[in-house]
Amino acid sequence: MQNQYLAIALAPLFGAIVAGLFGRQIGRAGAHWLTIAAVTVSTVLSLDVMRRFLFEGLEVHNETVYTWLVSGGVRFEVGFLVDKLTALMMCVVTFVSLMVHIYTIGYMKDDPGYQRFFAYISLFTFAMLMLVMANNFMQLFFGWEAVGVVSYLLIGFWYKKPTAIFANMKAFLVNRVGDFGFLLGIAAVLMTFNSLDYAEVFAAAPALSNETIELFDGKPWNLMTVTCILLFIGAMGKSAQAPLHVWLPDSMEGPTPISALIHAATMVTAGIFMVARMSPLFELTETALSVVLVIGALTAFFMGLIGLVQNDIKRVVAYSTLSQLGYMTAALGASAYSAAVFHLMTHAFFKALLFLGAGSVIIALHHKQDMQEMGGLRKYMPITYITGVVGTLALIGFPGFSGFYSKDAIISAVGHIDRAGTGLAEVLLIAGVFVTALYSFRLLYLTFHGKPRMDEETRSHVHESPWVVTLPLVLLAIPSIGIAWFTTEPLLFGDFWGDAIYVAPGNDPLSHLREIWHGPAAFALHGFVTLPVWLALGGTALATYVYLFNPALAATASKALAPLRVVLEKKYGFDELYQFLFAGGSRGMGKLFWRGGDQTVIDGLLVNGSARTVGWLAGVVRKIQTGRLYGYAFAMIIGLIGLLGLMVYRGQA
Amino acid sequence: MTIEWPVLSVLIWLPIAGGVAVLLVGERRAELARWVGLAAALATFIASLPLFGAFDRGTAEMQFQELAPWIPTFDLNYHLGVDGLSLPLILLTTFISVLVIMGAWGAIQQRVAQYLAAFLILEGLMVGVFCALDAFLFYVFFEAMLIPMFLIIGVWGGPNRVYATIKFFLYTFLGSVFMLVALIYLYLKADSAAILDLHALPLSLTEQLWIFVAFLLAFAVKIPMFPVHTWLPDAHVEAPTGGSVVLAAIMLKIGGYGFVRFSLPITPDASLSLDWLLITLSLIAVVYVGLVALVQQDMKKLIAYSSISHMGFVTLGIFIAFAILARGEGSSGAVLGVEGAMVQMLSHGFVSAALFFCVGVMYDRIHSREIADYGGVVNTMPWFATFMVLFAMANCGLPGTSGFVGEFMVILASFQANFWYAVLAGLTLILGAAYSLWLVKRVIFGEIGNKKVERLEDLNFREAVTLGSLAVAVLGFGIWPEPLVELMHVSVDNLLTHVAQSKIQVQL
Repeated sequence: MQNQYLAIALAPLFGAIVAGLFGRQIGRAGAHWLTIAAVTVSTVLSLDVMRRFLFEGLEVHNETVYTWLVSGGVRFEVGFLVDKLTALMMCVVTFVSLMVHIYTIGYMKDDPGYQRFFAYISLFTFAMLMLVMANNFMQLFFGWEAVGVVSYLLIGFWYKKPTAIFANMKAFLVNRVGDFGFLLGIAAVLMTFNSLDYAEVFAAAPALSNETIELFDGKPWNLMTVTCILLFIGAMGKSAQAPLHVWLPDSMEGPTPISALIHAATMVTAGIFMVARMSPLFELTETALSVVLVIGALTAFFMGLIGLVQNDIKRVVAYSTLSQLGYMTAALGASAYSAAVFHLMTHAFFKALLFLGAGSVIIALHHKQDMQEMGGLRKYMPITYITGVVGTLALIGFPGFSGFYSKDAIISAVGHIDRAGTGLAEVLLIAGVFVTALYSFRLLYLTFHGKPRMDEETRSHVHESPWVVTLPLVLLAIPSIGIAWFTTEPLLFGDFWGDAIYVAPGNDPLSHLREIWHGPAAFALHGFVTLPVWLALGGTALATYVYLFNPALAATASKALAPLRVVLEKKYGFDELYQFLFAGGSRGMGKLFWRGGDQTVIDGLLVNGSARTVGWLAGVVRKIQTGRLYGYAFAMIIGLIGLLGLMVYRGQA
Repeated sequence: MTIEWPVLSVLIWLPIAGGVAVLLVGERRAELARWVGLAAALATFIASLPLFGAFDRGTAEMQFQELAPWIPTFDLNYHLGVDGLSLPLILLTTFISVLVIMGAWGAIQQRVAQYLAAFLILEGLMVGVFCALDAFLFYVFFEAMLIPMFLIIGVWGGPNRVYATIKFFLYTFLGSVFMLVALIYLYLKADSAAILDLHALPLSLTEQLWIFVAFLLAFAVKIPMFPVHTWLPDAHVEAPTGGSVVLAAIMLKIGGYGFVRFSLPITPDASLSLDWLLITLSLIAVVYVGLVALVQQDMKKLIAYSSISHMGFVTLGIFIAFAILARGEGSSGAVLGVEGAMVQMLSHGFVSAALFFCVGVMYDRIHSREIADYGGVVNTMPWFATFMVLFAMANCGLPGTSGFVGEFMVILASFQANFWYAVLAGLTLILGAAYSLWLVKRVIFGEIGNKKVERLEDLNFREAVTLGSLAVAVLGFGIWPEPLVELMHVSVDNLLTHVAQSKIQVQL
């Protein structure tokens, strides 16, 4: 199997290298055929791995590929751990990647950087696979940062655009703040376990759950709590949890296919995956889990609110992504790792679908993204519209659609676990459902319904996108509707995961759901007697009334709620605060240290001051000798001999 | 496996002889001088390769030793040898030197032969520093090395070169004078100048402290550490491209090498009692200097400050070893720290060389080092931009590049010394990315900044080979560091066993 896993990971890398270095030679068609073929290989082989797990009882694979480094008795290795959690991630990553590759043929048709774009998205696929297939923390960190750097390259793909090259730097730096915590977490793991191998660490963890570390003198902290919180800081960066969420909305400056692939379906879910992977550690510390829970719930609700006031179609979807990532994070904090990964999977399909749908609209409108200049597109773009409706229903959790099952599981799990912060989290998550429905249908109505608001010139040219664009939409719409019908039971209630996810005895938040589960259809029906579904319907109804039947009300409401609107439009002021505090602060300190420290104190006072002293001495010496340098050397020799004499004297004494 | 010929002597004297040959060819036949120079550098590099294969990874003994009387009156010997600490640095030296000679092809048009000769002689002297086993032989190479570098900056440097050279010379010379005093004292006390004898010499704590401080002055200036670092940005700014490359890639490492070859084994107890000072200065270098790098307007200054910040990891990695050993929980973390420091030196050799070459490529075309004079270079130089982004990423420690390996090891190790050391050291992840990527943003990305950028031509063949081979080194070392790190294991273990034993003799 090792060869199959190597092929899965390396095929996209090969495609990326050839398309990147020899793009001119192989041409545009060559680049897309080659990379698509490579990703197809990965996809087919990944699906085959899943098939073997399900039907042939494939064993968990944990083997080293090569030894990266040995130091201090610790072996740092590159290797693969493939269990069902990995296999699921591999399938999601390669499938969405394949869809995005195909879609890109249409979306980037006229772009001069065509080959480069394919090289980047293939390289991303490789990095993401390395991340999910890692069997150790070092390789995890490699994949973690590698996806970050490809994200950087792709957000700044249109490198002439000032907003894009600002956004990509911001994304990388904010992610680095997360990675800073993550790396410290890895250092803590190494210190505690003297190994970075998952299997060894997880096996030894329970015995060390009461170790402490003194961060401040005399105040011992639980080492596992510290470790897990540090690791989670990494997840907050990558999965854009407040307050490290600020980069994700700006990342929309990149081309839409990568918004779907990287900033919705795969890379941003790396943090969720990581915490699920680390469940044997997180389960040892209630405190860290509470932190995870509250951060997730806060992000889910408050980022969703911002989605209500955005007019850029991609930014609405971006805030929706933040909010959904918050749901997943909250699930992790409630020990419902399987629900988190389940939502990760359903979200990957329907959110990639929504982004690619938004992209389809953007192509039709010649790269205009403002929803105020859209409207009425459903007549012109039926496939995009219908798949958009499917994505929206899945997103709001309409019973029967895939998002319903995963989101309901999360909310139910948070409601059935006893842990600090659950009360607050439950309220926020349930309220978030209403908000989700409101912004989702607002987007749908503003874009596809009502009267066309674009100029006549644009409107006359609007037409449905070519098949390379609509085919991925359709292929993503299918799992957005149906994937949960046959996956909910094994993923949430069965023993699908095996040892991949560990939940401590007594921490089983899904037990309640298991009792009332009688198949997907019954569950969907049961949904209609629960609060979240009615809130979703309420949000839908409100959006329908305001944006479809009484557009004037929107304006009135926005006036009446002006203070709230301003707060939301300012995005709670995080950007301004960070710009002032961190960007400005570090530049200010840099200037102070440079001008004040280096130039004034060190060079001015100490160096040139002593140079003046030496110069004065030399001036004295010059009365005997001539020449300045000679004077310095002379002074040195005198001093040297004096010191030497002293030392020899002292040494003998 | 042994090598039948005196390989270390060849590595010292072949480039020096090559330098003399280049001088004999003379300025009138510049083209021939270039070819002779390149041949000498290449031959030296090729001659150094058997070391990698023949080196016995299983022993901490000095290998490929050569011993001949030098000044018999004082029992000083021409004694050479390498172990796992010096071998990788020698390979780095011979590799970088080839690139520097190649890099001079187009950039240097004045006094070509003298320029090349200076670099070749410098190469021989630097190899000498790394393989000298006699303290005074080391000192002679250490000081002699200054002369060609002094000339390189002073003759081929920028407008403010006189200030920079004097500052450079005085700083390094002043530092090393104290080292000389310490060496003389040790020589008298041990009645031997063999470095290995000095390692075994028992010393009282007071003696050790004095000697430690004397060494510190020499090596701290060289590496350089805060607060004796301000000569470096000035020297870099004025130096020609090749000078900057050698300075950053190799000469700074001599400071780090000095710590592991002299300070630690000769004065282990002083190193232990002053480790807090060195750790503090290292962390200041990482954070303070990282912030200073952020606000630089001159590309070379920015890279120079970045170098100082990266060298902070070298001294940090070396001295946290003491803090970890003091915890009494085994030497695993200490090994990780010291090997991380060594790896950081090698990696910085590649990455800083590459970045200075990148600045050189732009400087050759536009004759400016100011960030503000660029912008949108990717539009006209896509291949160059690719390399520059790669090296900037390596500079901020991206996994998969060599820049990651050393920082990763040192941060992991420093957590074992103290949580807060790791926090401060880890800030480099953010600061390094901030100054590296902000540089890239302003220079490489964006619309074409001005008419000069519009006329830029992409890399020529020679530049592509230079940057390409560094890229291979940076990526290769990042993807699989073990072959190089393997060379050091036994020597580092031996060093740490040695320093763990007190040299203070109980006075009766």
